[in-house]
Amino acid sequence: MTSPIPWQPTATQHARQARAQLLRAIREFFYQRNVLEVDTPILSHGSVTDVHLQAFQTCFAHSDTGKSQQLYLQTSPEYAMKRLLCAQSGPIYQIGKAFRHESAGRWHNPEFTMLEWYRPGFTHHMLMDEVDALLQQTLGTSVGQRITYQQAMQSHGGIDPLAADRQSLINTLQTHKIDIDNPETLNNDDILQLLFSVAVEPLLGKERPCFVYGFPASQAALARVSQHDPRTADRFEVYFRGAELANGFFELADAREQRQRFERDNEIRRQMGYPEIPVDALFLSALEHGLPDCAGVALGIDRLLMLKTGATHIAQVLNFPVGNA
Amino acid sequence: MANYSTNEFKGGLKIMLDGEPCNILENEYVKPGKGQAFNRVKLRKLISNKVLEKTFRSGETVESADVLDTELAYLYTDGEFYHFMNNDTFEQIAADEKAVGDNLKWLVENDMCTITLWNGTPITVTPPNFVELEITETDPGLKGDTAGTGGKPATLSTGAVVRVPLFVQTGEVIKVDTRSGEYVSRVQK
Repeated sequence: MTSPIPWQPTATQHARQARAQLLRAIREFFYQRNVLEVDTPILSHGSVTDVHLQAFQTCFAHSDTGKSQQLYLQTSPEYAMKRLLCAQSGPIYQIGKAFRHESAGRWHNPEFTMLEWYRPGFTHHMLMDEVDALLQQTLGTSVGQRITYQQAMQSHGGIDPLAADRQSLINTLQTHKIDIDNPETLNNDDILQLLFSVAVEPLLGKERPCFVYGFPASQAALARVSQHDPRTADRFEVYFRGAELANGFFELADAREQRQRFERDNEIRRQMGYPEIPVDALFLSALEHGLPDCAGVALGIDRLLMLKTGATHIAQVLNFPVGNA
Repeated sequence: MANYSTNEFKGGLKIMLDGEPCNILENEYVKPGKGQAFNRVKLRKLISNKVLEKTFRSGETVESADVLDTELAYLYTDGEFYHFMNNDTFEQIAADEKAVGDNLKWLVENDMCTITLWNGTPITVTPPNFVELEITETDPGLKGDTAGTGGKPATLSTGAVVRVPLFVQTGEVIKVDTRSGEYVSRVQK
């Protein structure tokens, strides 16, 4: 007799209950604050151009143009939610599935649940206050710590990320015993991110959530470049007990700059031999109409649940992780 | 030669690094929300036995190592090589002194050992977890000591020296844990 295929969920009933409770607490949090829950599509015509984000693709054979269309599964609901903001939605949040075409790991599953919300009239500092309040309410954490990216890298990485030259960046890899072949082929941001992941992140947020803000402008993604220090962007990340929990921006509203960033990404994609991604014309058109000044943040619900339940692997909070889906 | 992508990395996978076969002990996928993904890998070099950490760019490929563990019975040594036999096929294979290393002192005729082959050549020989060996020399112990406090050194037939309780005598056969090199019990003949 062959042994049966293991069909059972990897999450316990306790983890399922914890998830239901957490989702309810999050909805209550936003209800109290008059933030509207919204729903946007998972499939879209455009996708992210970000060189290090790969979207799943699928084919729509029944479009009204008569031709089959390439569609992408969202890596986050950011563009669609910003279109709502441009249409005067006011503050909004969404809990939904996001997809990234990358490996599974301790903290990663290619399909995951994301909480994303936007606050017109907020700066990224005000939004950090609200993320902190959400963590206090759902995880019972104490008030979070705030440091700049530069401070974090200087004190734990031993390097000034905004001033260091290329050779000292490469040398710093050796200082932290990060043994990688041909480090000279990594660009400066790759090196900074590797250093941050290996040498800095494990030391952040051990007791309470740690908010890191002021990332290098070259890692701005969809954040504004800071008015106080143009070497940095108004972007923040939240770290707690080994997890990179949330990523937020004071949102870039300049349609022209947004288009340039997309085109620059696609230029890098061409150079690296990656497929170019069609720029989301609907999103850019909405930005041209006008995005209200706002801050937004995306938070990984599965990771939040791992911290809440003490899980050591994301599979413990997912019923059916990708290998078992 | 086959290649592995970093996606296939997991504990137990055998890959080539600096021309030496390695066993992956741990693999951690590191992916900043915005940025290049990496695999942080802890591995053991199978010949030098060194443990090291290495970082790979995710999606990179590395050469696989043709490494195979087989269970073979130890036959004898001719002074230069150590000869083992597959009890099913009667095929024999010789391991050199480097492959046997310190485990020389635990080789007992007819015991099943794990021989790790790289491209068909033995690179390590791992004895069974427990072996039984005769004591060839130990100081006479005090009569009446059964608690085994303190103990004394005893030389075994293979030359290995282990600490045994005082009541254990020359000529007796004892059971030893080869992983720790510690005495376990006396063996009734």
